[in-house]
Amino acid sequence: MKVGVVVFPGSNCDRDMYHVLKDVFKLDTEYYWHEKSLPKNIDAIVLPGGFSYGDRLRAGVIAAHSPIIKDVQKMAKKGIPILGVCNGFQILVESGLLPGVLLKNESLNFMCEWTNLVVENNNTPFSNQFEIGQKIPIPIANGEGRYYVDDDTLKKLKKKNQIVFRYDEVVNGSSHRIAGVCNEDGNVVGMMPHPERAVESEINPIDNKPSTLIFESLLAKMGVSN
Amino acid sequence: MSLEPQELDELKSKIGRDPTSTELQIVAAEWSEHCSYKSSKRHLKMLPMKGPLVITEKGYDSGVLDVGGGYVVTAHIESHNHPSAVEPYGGAATGVGGVIRDILSAGTRPIAIFDGLRFGDIEKDQQARWLFKNAVTGIADYGNCLGIPTIGGEVEFDQCYENYALVDVAAVGFGKKENLIKNHAKKGDVVVLMGGSTGRDGIGGSQFASDSLESEDRSAVQIPDPFIEKLIIEAVLEARNQKLIHAMKDLGGGGLSCAISETADALEVGIEMDVSKVHTRESDMHPDEIMVSESQERMLIVTTKTKLKKLQDICKKFRIGCSVIGVVKSDNQMHVKKGKKTFANLPTDVVANATLLNLPSKKPAYLENIEKEKKFKPISNYSKTLLKLLGAPNIASKIWVYGQYDHEVGIRTVVKPGRDASVLRLDNGKFLSAKIDGNPKQCYLNPREGAIGCFEEACRNVVCTGAKPIGMLDHLQFGNPKDPEIFWTFLESLKGLTDFAKDFKIPCVGGKVSLYNETPVGPIKPTPLIGVLGLIDKTPLIPQKITDGDCLILVGDTKDEMGGSEYFEYIHKFVGGKCPAVDFKSSKNNMKSVLDSIKKKLLKSAHDCSKGGLAVAVSELCMTNQIGCKVSLEKIPGKKLDVDRLLFSESHSRYLLTVQKKNLKKLEDILKKNKTAFKQIGQFSGDSIVFSKGNKPIIDLRVDKAQKTWVNSLRDLVLHG
Repeated sequence: MKVGVVVFPGSNCDRDMYHVLKDVFKLDTEYYWHEKSLPKNIDAIVLPGGFSYGDRLRAGVIAAHSPIIKDVQKMAKKGIPILGVCNGFQILVESGLLPGVLLKNESLNFMCEWTNLVVENNNTPFSNQFEIGQKIPIPIANGEGRYYVDDDTLKKLKKKNQIVFRYDEVVNGSSHRIAGVCNEDGNVVGMMPHPERAVESEINPIDNKPSTLIFESLLAKMGVSN
Repeated sequence: MSLEPQELDELKSKIGRDPTSTELQIVAAEWSEHCSYKSSKRHLKMLPMKGPLVITEKGYDSGVLDVGGGYVVTAHIESHNHPSAVEPYGGAATGVGGVIRDILSAGTRPIAIFDGLRFGDIEKDQQARWLFKNAVTGIADYGNCLGIPTIGGEVEFDQCYENYALVDVAAVGFGKKENLIKNHAKKGDVVVLMGGSTGRDGIGGSQFASDSLESEDRSAVQIPDPFIEKLIIEAVLEARNQKLIHAMKDLGGGGLSCAISETADALEVGIEMDVSKVHTRESDMHPDEIMVSESQERMLIVTTKTKLKKLQDICKKFRIGCSVIGVVKSDNQMHVKKGKKTFANLPTDVVANATLLNLPSKKPAYLENIEKEKKFKPISNYSKTLLKLLGAPNIASKIWVYGQYDHEVGIRTVVKPGRDASVLRLDNGKFLSAKIDGNPKQCYLNPREGAIGCFEEACRNVVCTGAKPIGMLDHLQFGNPKDPEIFWTFLESLKGLTDFAKDFKIPCVGGKVSLYNETPVGPIKPTPLIGVLGLIDKTPLIPQKITDGDCLILVGDTKDEMGGSEYFEYIHKFVGGKCPAVDFKSSKNNMKSVLDSIKKKLLKSAHDCSKGGLAVAVSELCMTNQIGCKVSLEKIPGKKLDVDRLLFSESHSRYLLTVQKKNLKKLEDILKKNKTAFKQIGQFSGDSIVFSKGNKPIIDLRVDKAQKTWVNSLRDLVLHG
């Protein structure tokens, strides 16, 4: 199984994500520079966090026009699992693959802290190993992480089961405390928190690492045993 | 802001003619205090710079330590005081950028940032609040964008920084020893300027920083662009992997003037360059401006003609500027041209080596009576006093600051900020611990003991994680060195640091001197800032949750040393008294004892006892673990003292160890064996912080109440005044 980590100018969690996929979950992982095209035989795509184009204009908006996004959109249509984390989530939203927008946090500050997620949808390639309502301790690190949708869209998201993760408490003022959503087909998932920062016990003294299940869900989806 | 008359005469006699205007600009930049260290250099040599782990190479801007397994750690410290005082956001941000490029210059990837921030009295002074808020945002926006975690630092407020700011940034890098850039150049090699374009920002910045801050010269402050810096980091490391870099230097103070002259001088070659080849932000820049512009995010690289194409391809991939601006010659001249016309042609050793000064020094008059103490009105309610201290800006939790810094990116951060020292995992299975510490209040009372205290405190902090100190960074910040009294305090601090470094065999791996730190009301207090790097071979001590029944051990004597304490200065508004002094022998003993007991896995946590004294240190343990503690004041090791001193003295070499009952005996055995002064002073339980003498409670403060004050007070102060 082959996983691609897309690298934009200014991505800065690409190496962390690569390490986790390759060294922790033993997946065949490769970097793809944003001007390259994606190979046809790719099985999953991850858009990592960072500050693509220095967050100029608005986080993720310039990267959403990178050449590789056309390929990502094609893969999305084909049903290939795609995960966007933090800036990756912002890029997926800006490129129209996911609904909503990400605004500045209510505090107007960058926030780096651990928080708790609650699983709302366990029917995506990145959440199928969770129980509904399961809590995931996980770090966030963002300045523009407040997910916003209007009331009609929120209704639609609820109806179509597109809310994947919610914050357990109010963190940054997100609509309906949403932390992660998926597209209607469920194969494209975006989330603000950083699962790659929570899966190794050495750097996660906080919990017994339920965040691992985000990656194990992908393995299960692909039928790979770890 | 130019050469002194005698310096101009010296330049004329050295080159045998009148200098051109460009030459004057170049030499003024390079001979500035900031670039040349002319006042301090001859004294800095006293510091021990060698050690078994230290790797030295010519032309490095950062210190390099061999951490085993084929890996190295690099470290450097810088400040951006003058710029931050007029434009805190840009000044602080570009301070981060500069030190990061120093780490990059050695060919290592930056993996951590530390920042030490100092401002005026934030409770009274709106300007201090504005400076503080914007400096923090500047550091956050820059460091976060780069994806380099800011994992530690300190914040302090003191009236001596009124209308001013000290912004110190340290950075740590990591890489393979084989990838270190071994700076070298030969005739015919090409000189490349890579990165951001050269503009009119930061012109004369190094001279600006070498003078007292009189004018708010905003044009001397550089404009930050972290996105370009991030691209440079990746491009440089890619070029390094392909072995395309023969020599490299960051463009910092003095811009091209310094980078070209220092590179040529260090590598014993000449460089001929053409200013018209430099990619500029504006089209009509004069050669003088191009030579001294301090625009950020630029690197100077020497490579061969054959490797040039590959380097250009990498820059093209990252869409960053890459101009071939010159060639390496064998004549040891720095030759600056525009097209065919020569604008400067100077011997590099003349430019790069200003004549060092030997400034007079004299013990300041104010020190004569400074140790005398006053009688204060007795404290009627110590619980209230403790609560007030916990909310004091210098003691309150700094979560409002480090919560804005991405301290997890890079997935190395094992012990996160907010503890004694942060810990990073390294690729060789070891762990690196680091901390920076300053204490101007103590350094003002006794520049020597105060400086040693900063050094020991930084050591204590890394020792609390189980790390053995392996290297030190010093950043010496003082007022105008031409004032003999100020220069005396500089020399005293330096001598103290030297003595401690030699005795403890901790080499100085890097440093910086920042002089002329003067505010409208006078010089700053002596502010040496010390960074200590510690190495953990196997397992770091990650603080475990303290639970009911755990025992609290105090290691080290508490002494009658209240000078510079928060208790004197914040509660009683009194500056004076006896400055805490480090006893080298017991300091070493205590360090060894703590490290031994961590190695034997006997401790739940180890915590340094410093600002605010024992009362604050115990409270910090209680608040972070949400548990109460009962402490008996009569058990505190040391001579008999009154309650104020027992609670609030800031004596050094003290550690609070938390141990489970079952390990108590084993711990005591180690401490006794090492002849360490210690006592079990209390036990954790309940939900109140209690200090008692005999059976009489002196302090009884609820943990949740204390925590609320401690966590929120700094943020409330910033947001609501």
